[in-house]
Amino acid sequence: MEATEIAEKVSSGEVSARSVVEHHIETINKIESDVNAFNLVTAEQALIDADEIDSKIASGETLGPLAGVPISIKDNLCTRGVETTCSSKILEGWKPPYNATVIEKLKEAGAVVMGKTNLDEFAMGSSTENSAFGPTRNPHNLELVPGGSSGGSAAAVAAGFSPLALGSDTGGSIRQPAALCGVVGVKPTYGRVSRYGLVAFASSLDQVGPFANTVSDAALTLEVISGHDPRDSTSIPEKPLNISEVLNQGVDGMRIGVIEELSGKGLEGISPDVSSRVEEAIKVFSNAGAIVESASVPASIYGLSAYYVIAPAEASSNLARYDGIRFGPRTEAATTAETMTATRTKGFGDEVKRRIMLGTYALSAGYYDAYYGKSQRVRTLIMNDFAKAYEKFDILISPTAPTTAFPLGDKTADPMQMYLQDVCTIPSNLAGHPAMSVPFGFGEDGMPVGIQILAPAMAEREMFQAAKVLESESGKGIE
Amino acid sequence: MVQRISREEVAHVARLAQLALSEDELDAFTSQLAAVLDHAADLEALNVDDVEPSTHPFPLKNVLRGDEPGEGFEVEEVLEVAPKVEERQFRVPPILGES
Amino acid sequence: MNLKAVKELNSLEMDGWETVIGLEVHAELATKTKMFSSALNSFGGEPNSNTDPVSLGLPGSLPVLNEKAVELAIRVGLALNCQVQKSVFARKNYFYPDMPKAYQISQFDLPINKEGWLELPDGRRIGIERAHLEEDTGKITHVGGGGRIHEASYSLIDYNRSGVPLIEIVGAPDLRGPDDARDYVSELRSILVTIGASDGKMEEGSLRVDCNVSVRRDETEELGTRCEIKNINSLRSLGRAIEYEAKRQIEIIESGQEVEQQTRHWDEAEGRTHKLRSKEEAFDYRYFPEPDLVPVEPSEEWVKEIANSLPPLPRDRRHLLADSIGVEPTETSLIVQRNLDTFALQAISSNADKNRVLVHLENNLADGIGKLTPEAFASLTVMETNGELTATQTKTVLADLVESGGDPQEIAKSHGFESMDNSELEEIVDRIISENSDDWLSYINGDETERKKKSGFFVGLIMKETSGQADGKIVNQILSAKAEN
Repeated sequence: MEATEIAEKVSSGEVSARSVVEHHIETINKIESDVNAFNLVTAEQALIDADEIDSKIASGETLGPLAGVPISIKDNLCTRGVETTCSSKILEGWKPPYNATVIEKLKEAGAVVMGKTNLDEFAMGSSTENSAFGPTRNPHNLELVPGGSSGGSAAAVAAGFSPLALGSDTGGSIRQPAALCGVVGVKPTYGRVSRYGLVAFASSLDQVGPFANTVSDAALTLEVISGHDPRDSTSIPEKPLNISEVLNQGVDGMRIGVIEELSGKGLEGISPDVSSRVEEAIKVFSNAGAIVESASVPASIYGLSAYYVIAPAEASSNLARYDGIRFGPRTEAATTAETMTATRTKGFGDEVKRRIMLGTYALSAGYYDAYYGKSQRVRTLIMNDFAKAYEKFDILISPTAPTTAFPLGDKTADPMQMYLQDVCTIPSNLAGHPAMSVPFGFGEDGMPVGIQILAPAMAEREMFQAAKVLESESGKGIE
Repeated sequence: MVQRISREEVAHVARLAQLALSEDELDAFTSQLAAVLDHAADLEALNVDDVEPSTHPFPLKNVLRGDEPGEGFEVEEVLEVAPKVEERQFRVPPILGES
Repeated sequence: MNLKAVKELNSLEMDGWETVIGLEVHAELATKTKMFSSALNSFGGEPNSNTDPVSLGLPGSLPVLNEKAVELAIRVGLALNCQVQKSVFARKNYFYPDMPKAYQISQFDLPINKEGWLELPDGRRIGIERAHLEEDTGKITHVGGGGRIHEASYSLIDYNRSGVPLIEIVGAPDLRGPDDARDYVSELRSILVTIGASDGKMEEGSLRVDCNVSVRRDETEELGTRCEIKNINSLRSLGRAIEYEAKRQIEIIESGQEVEQQTRHWDEAEGRTHKLRSKEEAFDYRYFPEPDLVPVEPSEEWVKEIANSLPPLPRDRRHLLADSIGVEPTETSLIVQRNLDTFALQAISSNADKNRVLVHLENNLADGIGKLTPEAFASLTVMETNGELTATQTKTVLADLVESGGDPQEIAKSHGFESMDNSELEEIVDRIISENSDDWLSYINGDETERKKKSGFFVGLIMKETSGQADGKIVNQILSAKAEN
């Protein structure tokens, strides 16, 4: 069932929250051991929460818009008293003493947390193979990756473990796994959703966003988790989104641009079947009344390079607190400095270490201007080019990922290969704009393809309108 | 290919970041980091002298909080799961060097 | 260097050398809550009781800036004649267990205040390069080995202080000796307390001073290589540390070597500095703008509002009192320091004798004015200057007024202080002279020293004879006149 349907039926008493949760637990029990979407399934607590919802409804209380809807949470979001590991050994067993703001909002809306999902360690990766607790597998084909870093959340929705999930997106970590798993994934405008309680990777790029099977479910979730949070200084001073009221307005007259730098013509790495799906999407939009033309965001080709300086730089600083002194497991040594080093050396995986060192280098004396300083200026160039494009267009589109899901182990030998997965998604993180992936057709290998829809800052509503149109024509139902 | 980062530099940043690397790791990381920096070198060609750096996507400013105490916080929840606690403080091995 | 050499060092001559000092002062700001979170900014209390996810640096926590800290920073900047500007926070990255995030949120390229000055009591202006906001660290207690870091078996960390708002005030290298340095810190502290920005207690740690010292030969323009000295916990230590360090550097240069740029630690017990780290070993802080915070751009209205709310500063008070009396501001600094300037101005507006006001406040009212009113004080000074009371009698009446208040005329009467007319006095003087003719001869014929001695002798006898009612000055006049004849 879709989330919106569940919420309606649970609120009306037609279906019990408990039965919904039980159904999903059954699905998890059947195939989770193959998929490995979760670091922790919180089945017991989910049933308790469900029972509480049922009794509230029985006593006539009105509940929130997600009443009784199961949701899976990426394991880099703090859940009070519940293990939050970021799929890293350095946080193994750590229980935060507080809930992330988005978790509080979900609970207030009546959602039921099913568990904490797997991710690339500290959200660094595009395949979930960097998890310290084993990779997640793509539910469509267990030999293939689900994408990353929010691979667990994408897989959970694709596998039917919960109709909704939360992930985080720094360079594409919601959108790319959404595309590879054939679900909807949304990165909102930077600052739209509170980062309080999201374990930081790259502070100026990170955003929390929803996964769902349908565009309207994703919209509903985003409405619940968005809104100004005084605990996050980068939170934009806006009320929570209302997308539902415009969701079905269509794209008649909308100017839609196809980013040429991120197309098969612009980039070698985009596989032909992905490009074909983009062509088909263009037709869908045209038939629906949109004006579709080629668009240019020249500086977007520099996005990857700027990102792989800025993100590790911020990460190197954000991850310095993991030292075994105040929380998490400690590898004790003779002195404090040695303890910190031993804890970090033992606790971090290779990709994390790589990025920490890269970031430390980019910020270090003598290199700041050449790397970090320069990359932050390139960021401005990208914002400016997007601004120019949005003078001519309301919405932009591109492939979400250059390819469909690839086999486990395929790209782990060469970090650069893996980084190229993010080439289409990174520019909107750098600009702070919203973007989402909508499943649209399949590749030659039968694996899902996602189309990326981009919008200017704050224009989630228009973005969702376009997404709804694309979805309705893709002929895709719920599996 | 110009080596964008040397083994010594990698060793130096590892120390700065409080990471201990084995000799093999040092070699592997050096070539991997060099590859990434090589890719980032395409930025070198860009002239961005008259472009301001952006640290935030939006021009937010003056986000301030009133000087009022918040709801209490149960530090016990932190102390209970901390690696080593003594007398309500975090216990650490000898710290050499000054503050 | 051994202790013997250390002692020798401290008695080195410094002729021909100039000591150049710049001070970095950190003051804890008087806010209710911390800089970036609403945990309490409170001294004492159980360890780790004033903490929260932000001040513990827990994963997922985010900073939110305290408005009061910004206001107080602007107050400090305005009081130090700085330019208040748009500012940005930056991360200062380094590992140390008292720093929960392994970075300190501070300000680097764009501090909230820049380019100001502070006026010392002697009138000299000392440049203030910048005064910026940053957060404090936790506190470490070393256990075992007498509490010293090098011999400890382990350490305990309390994060109550972590996140407390600090203002760092960087002074220009305009100070020239230990006295300058102490005066600067006293004046700065006085300003901070007056404007309510900090309680400025060095011994409690809410005011901390790091000292940059260099030396250069007289008449040189170029600055010498400086060393930074840390762990100075009192004004006395500040003076001692500067003296030691200056002499250490001079000795190095005089022996033909160069001073190495270092950070040094002041050892109060041994009275010397030790090297902590050299310039090469200095931390690479990898500063970059804090992505979790946005810039602060105080509006002109807000800055004006704050400027208008500032109370008179010590310098203003010195100048005001000095102008009313007609002396240099340096002469009023002690009175202002004792917070007696308002009282002085009130007395003056009640027609007190200005100079006597100055003298009495400095010398005879060190312990405070008690029940003395400005009007009583004023009329007392008039009684003194028109001869109604001798200096000694004035002091007595003053003491009574301080103790129990009242009216000077009545108190004088109750003591029986009448002015003694000169003919009565002369008779007494004559009598005493005739009773002590030998001494009188010594007085007439003696040299300056002898005369002084004898005059003291005679004045003493005469005072005794008159029960202190004679005016010592007039007695001396009479004696001199008689000696002439």
